[in-house]
Amino acid sequence: MSIDIVSAENLHFQYNATEVLTDLSFSLKKGDYLGLVGPNGSGKTTLIRLILGFFTPTRGTLTLFGQTPSRFSDWHRVGYLPQRIVDFNPHFPATVKEVVALGLLSRKQFPKRIGRSDNRYIDQALDLVDIGNIRNKLIGELSGGQQQRVFLAKAMVGEPDILILDEPTTALDPDTRERFFNTLKALNRDKGVTIIMITHDTGTIGKYASKMLYLDKRIIFYGTFEDFCMSQGMATYFGEFSQHLICHRHDGETGSGRI
Amino acid sequence: MDLFEFLSHGFVQRALITGSIIAVLCGTLGVFLVLRRLSLIGDGLAHVTFGAVAIGLLLKVYPVYVAAPLVMAASLGIMKLIEKARLYGDAAIAIVSSFGIAGGILIASVAGGFNVDLFSYLFGNILAISSTEVVTSLILSAVLVFVVMLFYQDLLSVTLDEESARVTGVKTRLINRVLVLLTALTVVLAMRVVGVMLVSALLVIPPVTALQMKKGFKGTIYIACSIGVVSVVLGIFVSFAANLPTGATIVMLNLFIFLMTLMYKKIHSLR
Repeated sequence: MSIDIVSAENLHFQYNATEVLTDLSFSLKKGDYLGLVGPNGSGKTTLIRLILGFFTPTRGTLTLFGQTPSRFSDWHRVGYLPQRIVDFNPHFPATVKEVVALGLLSRKQFPKRIGRSDNRYIDQALDLVDIGNIRNKLIGELSGGQQQRVFLAKAMVGEPDILILDEPTTALDPDTRERFFNTLKALNRDKGVTIIMITHDTGTIGKYASKMLYLDKRIIFYGTFEDFCMSQGMATYFGEFSQHLICHRHDGETGSGRI
Repeated sequence: MDLFEFLSHGFVQRALITGSIIAVLCGTLGVFLVLRRLSLIGDGLAHVTFGAVAIGLLLKVYPVYVAAPLVMAASLGIMKLIEKARLYGDAAIAIVSSFGIAGGILIASVAGGFNVDLFSYLFGNILAISSTEVVTSLILSAVLVFVVMLFYQDLLSVTLDEESARVTGVKTRLINRVLVLLTALTVVLAMRVVGVMLVSALLVIPPVTALQMKKGFKGTIYIACSIGVVSVVLGIFVSFAANLPTGATIVMLNLFIFLMTLMYKKIHSLR
């Protein structure tokens, strides 16, 4: 039996005596694609940071590949695309290739070197997100959409088993966003990469994700998008009109074309 | 005095060798510091160096030997304040910096008698560098370059984004400490070249100038080092010829190159 890639049981987290997350229980298997949605301040990014070991749970258990994140060391199995790089300098002098290569450090032993043998992986990752033609450009010279794809390539270059993305499409125009979602879907479908994506766009992620977790400090909903759209509980929580808007805004008629 | 006669002097050779080494170290570390918005750490640690030099002079110990461990400890103190007391980097630097300079002034005031020596460290005296100082600089520089080469990819990763670096298994706390410890050693070595007051200029201006040229990460480091070396070498010649203080001349040349680069960029963008 395969172990859960991420598993939370009765997970609680307090920050400065404020309860940020309360009693979360869920698990993800290989190939799951989780849309993590919820309002601002609902604890989505905190949950990601707990999974990545930046914070320690106050109570309950959380495991990543069967280990607590603080003891986890196989970081090559995890790809991470942060919400936005807070201090990212648009004039950062590294080339696309230099940035993507940094994603391979999790597979390197000290002293870490990036050599010619790594070019194959870098080229594959660049081709995967369709930016092989700009490998020698400086990252600061690229558009927001291109930069985002560079960081996705960096997260993917180590061929991780799980990809964690924090609002990756915020800076993207609708066409680029669509391509970005399709790229991720292909990774999930063809390579079995498990994906956790934080987004505010509940309707769009419903079209792609296999599971939805609606968070507001506690789990409001956990299940498929179809269940989300048919849930009477969600109709009560959001109001029927809002639920209808989320679920029926795509493909002209219905939210995912599946309802 | 012609150029060859000038170059034949031991003190000039020592100044050129040590100054160039320091310029390479400052250029290399400076690129990481500027991009991590830690430009002021050089200034802060230089102020601690001032206090440490005062202690060295008071105890009649070669000041570099006192300054190196004390300034390295201060650099770790800055990191502790940022991480544990959750202070912003500039606030942590300001606290440690003011402690260093206040300590130096108090020691100089109480002890008295060595103010002239202290001033030579405050404003630098590259032409008075001894053979021992050249050898010390060479050894420490070799160590610093070796450590930067060992940790280059980790340093680059943390500089781009600390959080993502951590998820690729980079030991970010260790790398942060390596960076500030290397900076502390470089500041101590650089104080004889441009003086405590101007040491941060060598750490900041060449990297900022190089960043204007957009030549990739390693390219930026090489350019920053080259600008530093050119300004140090030219600064030594110009200051000697015009009877000017060498440290200040080096800094002014750095500023001149920076302004010329900005002007070139402006003209180029108008075409």
